[in-house]
Amino acid sequence: MHDDATQKNTLLGADELVLNMGPQHPSTHGVLRVKLKLDGERVRGTECVIGYLHRGVEKIAEHRTYQQFAPYVDRMDYVAAVSNGLGYCEAVEKLMNVEAPPRARVIRTILTELQRIASHLLWLGTHALDIGALTPLFYCMREREEILKIFEKYCGARLTTHAFRIGGLQYEAYDTLEKDVERFCKDFERRVQEYVDLLTGNSIWIGRTRGVGVLSAADCIALGASGPILRASGVKWDLRRAQPYAAYDQYKFEIPVGTNGDTYDRYMVRMEEMRQSRLICLQAIENIPAGPILGKVGKVLKPPPGEIYHSIEAPKGILGYYIVSDGTTQPYRVRIRPPSFVNLQALDKMVRGHLVADVVAIIGTLDIVLGEVDR
Amino acid sequence: MQVPLDNDMAKRYRERFGAAILDAVEDRKQPYLVVACEQFSEIARYSRDVEKFDLLEDYTAVDWPRREKRFDLIAVLYSFPHNMRLRLKIPLGASEQVASLARIWPTANWLEREIFDMFGISFAGHPDLKRILLPEEWQGHPLRKDYDILQQDEAWVRENLGIESGQ
Amino acid sequence: MNPTVQALLQFLQTWWVELASGFVIVAAVPLVAGYVVLVERKLMADMQARLGPMRVGPHGLLQPIADAVKLLIKEDIIPDNADKVIFWLAPVVSMTAALTSMGAIAFGPAFQVARDINVGLLFIVGVSSLGLFGIVLGGWASNSHYSIIGALRSTAQLVSYETAAGLAIVSGLLLAGSLKIHAIVDAQYQNHVWFIFLAPVAFFIYAVASIAETNRAPFDLPEAESELVAGYMTEYSGFRWALYFLGEYANMIVVGAVATTLFLGGWLRPFPNVHWLNWLDVLPALFTAAVGVYCARRAGKQPVAVQTWFMWGVAWACFAVAAILAVPLFVAPLKFVVPGLHGAFWFLLKVGGYIYLFMWLRFTLPRYRFDQLMSLGWYILIPLAIVNVFCVGLAMICETEYGWNRWVALVVTTMFTLGTALFLLHLHEKRTAAASSATGVTEQPAPQDTYAG
Repeated sequence: MHDDATQKNTLLGADELVLNMGPQHPSTHGVLRVKLKLDGERVRGTECVIGYLHRGVEKIAEHRTYQQFAPYVDRMDYVAAVSNGLGYCEAVEKLMNVEAPPRARVIRTILTELQRIASHLLWLGTHALDIGALTPLFYCMREREEILKIFEKYCGARLTTHAFRIGGLQYEAYDTLEKDVERFCKDFERRVQEYVDLLTGNSIWIGRTRGVGVLSAADCIALGASGPILRASGVKWDLRRAQPYAAYDQYKFEIPVGTNGDTYDRYMVRMEEMRQSRLICLQAIENIPAGPILGKVGKVLKPPPGEIYHSIEAPKGILGYYIVSDGTTQPYRVRIRPPSFVNLQALDKMVRGHLVADVVAIIGTLDIVLGEVDR
Repeated sequence: MQVPLDNDMAKRYRERFGAAILDAVEDRKQPYLVVACEQFSEIARYSRDVEKFDLLEDYTAVDWPRREKRFDLIAVLYSFPHNMRLRLKIPLGASEQVASLARIWPTANWLEREIFDMFGISFAGHPDLKRILLPEEWQGHPLRKDYDILQQDEAWVRENLGIESGQ
Repeated sequence: MNPTVQALLQFLQTWWVELASGFVIVAAVPLVAGYVVLVERKLMADMQARLGPMRVGPHGLLQPIADAVKLLIKEDIIPDNADKVIFWLAPVVSMTAALTSMGAIAFGPAFQVARDINVGLLFIVGVSSLGLFGIVLGGWASNSHYSIIGALRSTAQLVSYETAAGLAIVSGLLLAGSLKIHAIVDAQYQNHVWFIFLAPVAFFIYAVASIAETNRAPFDLPEAESELVAGYMTEYSGFRWALYFLGEYANMIVVGAVATTLFLGGWLRPFPNVHWLNWLDVLPALFTAAVGVYCARRAGKQPVAVQTWFMWGVAWACFAVAAILAVPLFVAPLKFVVPGLHGAFWFLLKVGGYIYLFMWLRFTLPRYRFDQLMSLGWYILIPLAIVNVFCVGLAMICETEYGWNRWVALVVTTMFTLGTALFLLHLHEKRTAAASSATGVTEQPAPQDTYAG
């Protein structure tokens, strides 16, 4: 991050003011400390201090077996635990050269897309709350509640689900899974329209989000920002389309793209992504193939020595797992490439020149989860 | 699992950099090049500009304490035009420095800080190399294999958290 | 008898009505404000698909009492280097300004502390804006960097929107012809129509400006929780904070009362001049009785016995009020009570509706950023208010000097004002578009090396 070696003298010869948005703050979505360098009302630069939630997950991975480590990955992006689990299980499956059976892949896709909707709903609620709209949060929580009920029925947990196993699934889809998902999807379209009515055309919302936190496409790629941030800047790229995993190659969905790369575009992209996820779910439940849910994986997992890098399109961006195996039951190194960590780096670029009140909106639009940033 | 990599891309790299490309391997259908650290900067620039690997997707390290060159720096590159990934692996000695990638891919800034924090590898030319996840005064680099999982910087804990036992 | 005591007794004899009403206001308003807070919480919950306070008292009806008790028993924390006297004084000033301005408000034709004061409306508006001092002093006395910035911001906002509100009131006063509260309502009676229909733009401007004046959403940035610079109220806790808070809600009541008096017909029932609609007079009693019936029906469904009794109590209280409202209509000797009582009912209903609008907007709209807020006030509302005063004045002249029909004159000038509004909005859009393209950094760094990290 660019730290001015000398204090920049502003117009009146005053020094820069450093304003601290401390680790405890209603709007920083976790324990994030942002030091803002202000010139009056305008932000000249930021410095993020992270690590308050660092739990040493990568170190722990070296002392657990592959299956034992799976619940740990849920706790990183705890808002979208199912995605984390998907990335990890698929990475280890690749490492072991096994493939999950088709039925498992389709059910994984359904649950992951529901989780994407849930993650975006939480993002929408908290982002709107930061900007001052009090009501969307509760509507989003109401929808999210339905998804979490489905998760609870499926694997017993709402938040840190540990839904998938290496090689496939442990739990068979429960009896009414398809019906529940269908009912949710049918209801959801109407609900999304509620959010659109409340926010999309609202001139105050547009005033707070248009032109705020602009990030050009070149900047996005240079800074490694991925996911909805990249798509809102105009790059029509989605890892589910570019390098399909799970069962994504079987389904038709659009990739929403923005034009300006500002907060409003990111909002529109995520709203559209929720709609597309809903469509994927509807397509998937029409035809869940029969068959086994767990591939040929023994009780004791000993991948042959080597390494693998596997990444998926998590709700927040590219979630990557780099796993090195030394032939034993415990991984030699697990590296998690967290989307929020890399996206947060873009904060400095996005915030320059804006007012202090916009910083909160920009942090919200980055959709970071500190569990993932710090691991 | 590992097969030698001999496709056009590997040939181009070998042609351009010769001995600096120590090895070209394909592990489980994922290509990686083992690269000498002296020419790493040029290789990285070539990868970005000529081979069009415009995204530095990940940058990390692995500790092999019993090897002579203890660390393996791994850079995962992704090309949007070609939709392919390439890993660059740089073996690095314990006190060796490597050129920073921050000027080539700005995303490397925090990624290198994390490597420095966890492994102690320093990057020459990094704009602001300091710890990122651990407190700045922390001693020790946790992801090294000789750092026990239960170990903590007891002096720091004692001083800053007020826990007498330091743990 | 001692001349001082005699003078005192003389004073009391002359002014006992006013003193009693003043006492009622000071005693009732905090309680009422507390219940307005409860109504807001319940309404917010309803709009957010949840229930709101339910625990304390049946359906949370004792929540304000519990909150008041809690705040009273809280530890009194004063920042170290704060100016103790001013720190103590600031919330008092805020609350006092709000309560004093209520002195001139007529809650119905019979209840007004400052009876027939000839500068009625001016008094209310002027004294309520003295609440500014409470904010500035509070922010300053807190001895905190961020409090003073928040306080100054809040003050700037209040002053800007005060201007717009004042100009909107002037338009209404042009139609009324007097500052006296009774005369204003009487003018609406004589005109057979509420002034909102004669000067809708003025009402709209006043509504928006009054939301900003009371620091309500969408203009509540100075006191928003997610705002970096915490507002002037940060260092205040316990009952001091409660005074600020109650002052804010009292201000809402004041502002609602001014709008009702000037634009919504005050204490007049709908269609007061249409005699065949006189049966509307039973509406207050019917309404109250309906609320009572609802409570009675819900009483049976309460989970706990004590809540059932409470609901029955509320139901009977509603029936009692309905009776008090209905009986004088039919019992000839009591007919003199009707205007005062019913007038108070209609007045409070309208103020309640206005406050409902405030709350509704709070739950629906996001917050304006401070610069957007100020630009809205200065670039749109104030010019529009000025044009509106000019237009209404023009309409009045056309009517009196040139014999135009009042309605025609006002419709024509309102059209002109609306045209101005559209023009101002158009200018505003151009301005914000220019501003965002100036601050939004959209340079394309072609050589990525130039980003020096």
